[in-house]
Amino acid sequence: MPGQTPSQTVGPFFGGALIRGGENILVNEQTAGRRILIKGRVLDGDGQPVRDGLVEIWQADGQGFFNHGADPNQAQADKYFGGFGRADTVDDGRFTFKTIKPGTVPGQATPWINVRVFARGMLIHAVTRLYFNDENGNEQDAVLHSVEQNRRHTLIARWEDTADLPTYRFDIRLQGENETVFFNP
Amino acid sequence: MTKVTTYNSLDWKIQPPYLHPAYTSTIKRAPLEPLVALPQTLAEWTGPVYGEEGVRPLDNDLTRNAVVNGQPLGERIMVVGRVLDESGRAIPHALLEIWQANSCGRYRHKSDQHDAPLDPNFSGTGRVLTDKNGEYGFMTIRPGAYPWRNHENAWRPAHIHFSVFGGNFLQRLVTQMYFPGDPLLGLDPIFNGMADEKGRNRLISSYAHDITRPEWALGFRFDIVVCGPRQTPFETKEV
Repeated sequence: MPGQTPSQTVGPFFGGALIRGGENILVNEQTAGRRILIKGRVLDGDGQPVRDGLVEIWQADGQGFFNHGADPNQAQADKYFGGFGRADTVDDGRFTFKTIKPGTVPGQATPWINVRVFARGMLIHAVTRLYFNDENGNEQDAVLHSVEQNRRHTLIARWEDTADLPTYRFDIRLQGENETVFFNP
Repeated sequence: MTKVTTYNSLDWKIQPPYLHPAYTSTIKRAPLEPLVALPQTLAEWTGPVYGEEGVRPLDNDLTRNAVVNGQPLGERIMVVGRVLDESGRAIPHALLEIWQANSCGRYRHKSDQHDAPLDPNFSGTGRVLTDKNGEYGFMTIRPGAYPWRNHENAWRPAHIHFSVFGGNFLQRLVTQMYFPGDPLLGLDPIFNGMADEKGRNRLISSYAHDITRPEWALGFRFDIVVCGPRQTPFETKEV
């Protein structure tokens, strides 16, 4: 049996190939669900912005279905929602996604978004999850419970009162104080 | 009850660590807390789906996809390979995104300040989808080595960057392909980020004379293996 190919860093020069414009906007006019913005920064161990990183997200549609053959409910998935987004972290390490609030996947307690971070200086990506601070189901989520209580907050995006679309703040700290919880799926 | 396929985790005996001080940029960017085990769910067994509509005809020919007034300079090469999972099963419709320096070792990117010429006829970016047998191929120019500031007189060995979307979230991979016999490999802290020689060797393409096109281009083969199904399927609640 063949063995896994090792990862290597995305490096600083991926923009021309991986950032083609618009992939941080996951919705179009026909997408069903409540529009939200996700805004955050990627920060290093000194709290300095990572200006050459790449953040990817993967999520269910507004009803909790995935447009993918492994989902037994694929037929009901929103055909106007792909579920994948990515953004490079530019000025001050900032990234923004415009998407919809995911529904709760059948069998799960609460909605979340899968997040993956790549950067120069990371030989391999890091995987985390974005939960929402206005979801009561978080109390029942087994993964949140598996994380030490004093670190759980790093996984929870916080609703911000803005004039814009409902906005959730999710900063990713690669290292140091309040280091984001990263997973080994 | 539904039978589901779970997937192997990343193989940390083969994969590079986050912290690898010889590659100095890891020092402040490496997560230092242990990773938390994550039970796989439908969110991990699914992922973006790509099709032919996302790939344009010249996307797999970097010698032609950015031509302005002539051919790009350098040594034409053809790179072919398969995308497989660890069980040896081919992954069809895997999207590969490719980027690289030109033959002089310069990227078309605003952050690349290396004092080597840009090539007006070479963007160094492309994309290709695997076919039903998991096979891909693209034409490009052999990239040059280039200096970087990691340590005194540091040079990256020639490489091509690959971004791979396999069949699901767990099969995502970003890596680099190197060339056989490159004397810079032994000196490169990124390539040597993997402690395991077997793992490192998987990133070195092989010269493939059967791929080499007479009077046109040298051939190289580079297979890519992503996480595969776990050997023991198990029953779980409806997911």
